[in-house]
Amino acid sequence: MKIMPCPLNGPRNISEFTYGGELNAMPDSATCTDAEWADYVFNCENRVGVVTEWWMHNASSYWFLAERHTGSDEILRTFDPKEVFTQRVDFHAPAQEVRS
Amino acid sequence: MPFALLKYGLSSEYPVEVDLPAPKDLKSAYDVVIIGGGGHGLATAYYLAKYHGITNIAVLEKAYLGGGNTARNTAVIRSNYLTSEGVRFYAESVKMFKNLSNEFDFNIMYSERGQLTLAHTDATVRAFRQRAEVNKHFGGRTEMIDRQQIRELVPTLNLDPGHLPVLAGLWHIDGATARHDAVAWGYAKQAAKRGVEIHQLTEVQDFVVEHGKVTAVKTNRGTIQCGCVVQAVAGTSSLLMNKLGIRAPIHSYPLQAMVTQPFKPFLDPLVSSSALHCYVQQTSRGEIVFGGGSDPYPLYNTRSTLDLKESLLAAAIEMFPFMANAKLMRQWAGTTDMTPDYSPIMGRSPLDNYYLDAGWGTWGFKATPICGWTMAELVASGGQPPALIKPFALERFSTFRQVNEMGATAASH
Ligand SMILES: Cc1cc2nc3c(=O)[nH]c(=O)nc-3n(C[C@H](O)[C@H](O)[C@H](O)COP(=O)(O)OP(=O)(O)OC[C@H]3O[C@@H](n4cnc5c(N)ncnc54)[C@H](O)[C@@H]3O)c2cc1C
Repeated sequence: MKIMPCPLNGPRNISEFTYGGELNAMPDSATCTDAEWADYVFNCENRVGVVTEWWMHNASSYWFLAERHTGSDEILRTFDPKEVFTQRVDFHAPAQEVRS
Repeated sequence: MPFALLKYGLSSEYPVEVDLPAPKDLKSAYDVVIIGGGGHGLATAYYLAKYHGITNIAVLEKAYLGGGNTARNTAVIRSNYLTSEGVRFYAESVKMFKNLSNEFDFNIMYSERGQLTLAHTDATVRAFRQRAEVNKHFGGRTEMIDRQQIRELVPTLNLDPGHLPVLAGLWHIDGATARHDAVAWGYAKQAAKRGVEIHQLTEVQDFVVEHGKVTAVKTNRGTIQCGCVVQAVAGTSSLLMNKLGIRAPIHSYPLQAMVTQPFKPFLDPLVSSSALHCYVQQTSRGEIVFGGGSDPYPLYNTRSTLDLKESLLAAAIEMFPFMANAKLMRQWAGTTDMTPDYSPIMGRSPLDNYYLDAGWGTWGFKATPICGWTMAELVASGGQPPALIKPFALERFSTFRQVNEMGATAASH
């Protein structure tokens, strides 16, 4: 079994984790165009090389970041998202009532 | 006895039939450059030559013919998808497959054995009813069957695996298999006969772009000018698209499969369970092939893992308990280019003369003939996508018009 070094729970079997996609900067949903939002939601680089990715430890619902080589599957480093997100992230899209 | 046969029998040197002409030097320019010598690329070249009289074509393959996913798949051919766009497209492909041996004058061992998919929940039963109706509507042969009928079709199947008793089945009479490398070689040979050049060990490494057009491709054997380019490179689709700045929602995942020692024939239909993430079939050599879902996270690698073997075989043994003592003979994997809606990306790209046949993920072998046919139409018409592939355009993600086949593809074949 491949081991994922979880920043919170220590080394665990990788089957305890869920992959959450590449780390990408989120555009401001209130001001960006539909095309920019679609690009953010769907598209990805899908490169070969060291990529920073989101991962979650299922049992503790803990999200963290991992630097992984997408060709050799080597995990170089895992770390808490607070290293990247130094401020709280809020979603600016105003809540709207849906009328049908 | 015909004279030719007598002469052949008595001659001291038997004439050797040449499948592919010996490799030559690359020319400096081609009308069409096709990147990828898998089934899709070769079929595109063949139909361009056959129906459109375009023969100044180079198929560039970085390794050897059919060494990609074309010869790594489990060869399931079917059309029982969920959406009308999907079913119409795959049903056409199944039709073309049926005539392929004749067309090639070469036996691709097309074997129509029917495919049985098992429902273990009420929700799946409902989805099956819809799939049966959509499939019939587009000329496919599919019906719902009950436990008794399943028992008659596959007497060795365990109808009560653990916590997931089988409720009903989707019986797709058109379900089939074919020898996958024969499909690649059939297209290659017939394309070469018509003047298409197939260059193995020729990797496209970069592009020359001028005024929104690809004017040349750079290979390890030099740069060649091109009228237009088709990319059909499956698992590595993103790597080429990244070089051209084409953004797409493709993730590359390994897909693993394995095969046992041979057994006496006991299993005619292809049997698949999406709840157990497993499908099982017996080859004409008697071996049992197991396939399932993709790996849990992306990777450009064709290694096999113990994790997947354990989970896949646990499911296979639930379905066929007597297989617990079978010995595995081989295991392998391919890198598959997965899209979020489990439909391909076919058609134009943001570059004027660069055409995409990508996002084929874990289900593209069955589409080989229709991909070749429609991509040839697209190229020959200078970029008018035929109706069959319009719904699969790359733009569907930015216009939020996905073609969701997840429910019909989840067991990945
Ligand atoms: C284990 C497994 C099981 C599967 N089972 C099924 C199934 O049962 N039914 C089904 O319908 N589908 C199945 N599939 C999916 C199917 O195999 C693929 O979708 C299909 O074969 C894709 O064909 P292709 O010709 O596009 O790609 P490939 O056959 O992979 O051909 C692409 C070629 O491009 C070459 N290439 C890549 N980059 C370059 C470059 N830069 N320059 C030159 N050449 C390049 C590669 O070497 C390769 O030979 C399965 C896949 C796998 C891995």
